[in-house]
Amino acid sequence: MSEAVLLKGGRVVDPSRNLDQTLDVLLRDGVVAKVDERIAAKGADVVDAAGLVVAPGFVDLHTHLREPGFEYKETVATGTRAAAAGGFTTVCAMANTLPVLDDAPSVAFLVRRIRETAVVRVHPIGAVSKGLKGLTLAEIGSMKAEGIVAVSDDGKPIANGMLMRRALEYASMFGLPVVVHEEDPSLVGDGVMNEGWASTRLGLPGWPNVGESAMVARDVQLAALTKARLHVAHVSTRESLEAIRAARRAGVAVTCEVTPHHLTLTDEDVARSGYDTRFKMNPPLRSEADRAALVAALVEGTIDAVATDHAPHHEDEKALEFEDAPFGVTGLETALPVLVDALLVPRAITLQRLVDVLSTAPARVFSLPGGTLAEGAPADVVVFSTTKSTHVTRDGFVSRSKNSPWTARTLRGRVEHTFVGGREVFARGAGAAEGPR
Amino acid sequence: MTTKQSETPESAVPRPPTFSRKDLLDIESITEDDIRLVLDTAESMREINQRSIKKVPALRGKLVANLFFENSTRTRFSFEIAERRLSADSIALSATGTSVAKGETLLDTGRNLMAMAPDAIVIRHQRSGAPHLLARHLPCAIVNAGDGAHAHPTQALLDAFTIRRAKGSLAGLRVAICGDVSHSRVARSNVSLLTKMGAGVTLFGPATLLPVEIERTGARVVTRVEEAVEGADVVMILRVQKERGGGLGFPSDKEYFELFGLTPARRRLAKKDAIVMHPGPMNRGVEIDSAVADGPDSVILDQVENGVAVRMAVLYLLIGASGDE
Repeated sequence: MSEAVLLKGGRVVDPSRNLDQTLDVLLRDGVVAKVDERIAAKGADVVDAAGLVVAPGFVDLHTHLREPGFEYKETVATGTRAAAAGGFTTVCAMANTLPVLDDAPSVAFLVRRIRETAVVRVHPIGAVSKGLKGLTLAEIGSMKAEGIVAVSDDGKPIANGMLMRRALEYASMFGLPVVVHEEDPSLVGDGVMNEGWASTRLGLPGWPNVGESAMVARDVQLAALTKARLHVAHVSTRESLEAIRAARRAGVAVTCEVTPHHLTLTDEDVARSGYDTRFKMNPPLRSEADRAALVAALVEGTIDAVATDHAPHHEDEKALEFEDAPFGVTGLETALPVLVDALLVPRAITLQRLVDVLSTAPARVFSLPGGTLAEGAPADVVVFSTTKSTHVTRDGFVSRSKNSPWTARTLRGRVEHTFVGGREVFARGAGAAEGPR
Repeated sequence: MTTKQSETPESAVPRPPTFSRKDLLDIESITEDDIRLVLDTAESMREINQRSIKKVPALRGKLVANLFFENSTRTRFSFEIAERRLSADSIALSATGTSVAKGETLLDTGRNLMAMAPDAIVIRHQRSGAPHLLARHLPCAIVNAGDGAHAHPTQALLDAFTIRRAKGSLAGLRVAICGDVSHSRVARSNVSLLTKMGAGVTLFGPATLLPVEIERTGARVVTRVEEAVEGADVVMILRVQKERGGGLGFPSDKEYFELFGLTPARRRLAKKDAIVMHPGPMNRGVEIDSAVADGPDSVILDQVENGVAVRMAVLYLLIGASGDE
């Protein structure tokens, strides 16, 4: 492959510059060299992008790569190849590995694994508390020096209000957002699906909306008190959105994300599935009223970004009774087609906003490079179709795990090419390329 | 059963005595016709149970495996007796605990059992949906003998059978179901069956023991036990399931009994000829007064007796020879 790639005649959508126009894009020396009409570039590899969308590569704020400790579920190598296949050029790796990313050496180890095996950019997220136990602060300052971009105990809530306050205060010294998985354990108990008509019929323990929103209400007030940066992970209820909206109006520095599954599926999908554990995740799929409120909030901007919460699990772990199976679904490879099919095709969202929430906005939320095709920016680019379909199959996943609720579904929208630093890391039909040396 | 004369000639041909499904997982997934077929078939089975030799060869050569992952006396005996009276070969596995606790997954247990070619598996499990997991992966008939707080379809069928025998039909009856609805698979299956068959169901439970949106079942939900019992043809009392956390919903057994228990005084609010039911096992002096449980209106032991006939009917309809062999 030569040094330069010319993406010819695509519909270039770049929310960072409010751009939506048919143009050529030249990638050279790892950066976006030029975006213009009819670029002539001798010796460049030419990709015909006619009829396709050319956009800044997607940025995932919430990915579980499972390495170290759970390599049978996913690794940096397989997870980042899955990311590339889904059009993601940057992912943020959550801290709930084994050992937990709660000190400098563990982050340094992961950074080395990323350098050796990743095919997209990976930014580690450090733990808030040692061992995710919610008792004492992890070594946030030392981890910052190793490159973490945020702190989170994701997978577990920070039940202790004083620890949450200290986390916000301490993380703000290093300019790091605190990412919260909002769940009041005393209200959620052993809940495994949304509390509602569906859980009543299925006889499964319910996980009520207030289990999330009560914690959001606490944390936006703590963020106001501490003037720190709060980011609410995978928001799932309309009451949480109300609390976030009110906080923002009051000038609190709070951002939030939503997953593709919470935007498109509900607890009735759990009921229809007949206790299929591929529909079990935390927070659980909510009611139709919540789902609709999430879509509206994403379109209007209360929700900043879409994040996958890609949570790979082995098929054996999921082949259990519903209550006993682990929470989580994979999401990197299906995010774009799910959103195109469920939101873009029915015109619930514009193409500009869709690219924004997958790319530009998340990069801004964690202050990451990327999310733009401005000349001189890293050449992280996704090329996708909004008309071609993706047929999701169990054996088609690049990820090591197959726990997707969309298996056997055909969805409009398909990623065709992914470039990281100007190198092609995914091409439809060709699989992922080798990692950078 | 009545047949409409105006229908096509085919309606004159008797239905083959087979169920419309491979499994019996819950009441929601079976039709009114299925329910009538089970109840009618159970009448014949009941007759067999009154003979001096209580055994027929209907399921000779068929193997039924009883998998009980949760304590059960009544239901397990009832199924085993039903299987023997139909001459099925029957084996039983009692285990306690979930997949995780017992070290082999439910699915592996099921697959291993399947390798020995049972015709039906009867499963009782503390996890809602456990029978569905087996049904999805195994080719034999799966009979749900109670799963978590989800469903107990043979209990609902035997309750319906008992009510029908006492009252002649189900349609138009007023049935009060009172107690710990949250944790009760019996309540869910009974509400589903009775409303499907045209009975009017009134539910009472302490607010702490009612699942959310329960009114969407079509049952009337009231806030006082007296209101539920008043004018009822059938009073069904649910067991307080302390082992499932029911105890967190009220301060003491004493208060429960005083405020919500079925006492003779409350019983008198129902119709004079009302029947009193309880799926067992009873917490005497908590949800029901012994004077009522052992009183003249109680059909609690009839429920147990009828359970055998209904389970014989279910097994026969699911795996019995249907003339096409």
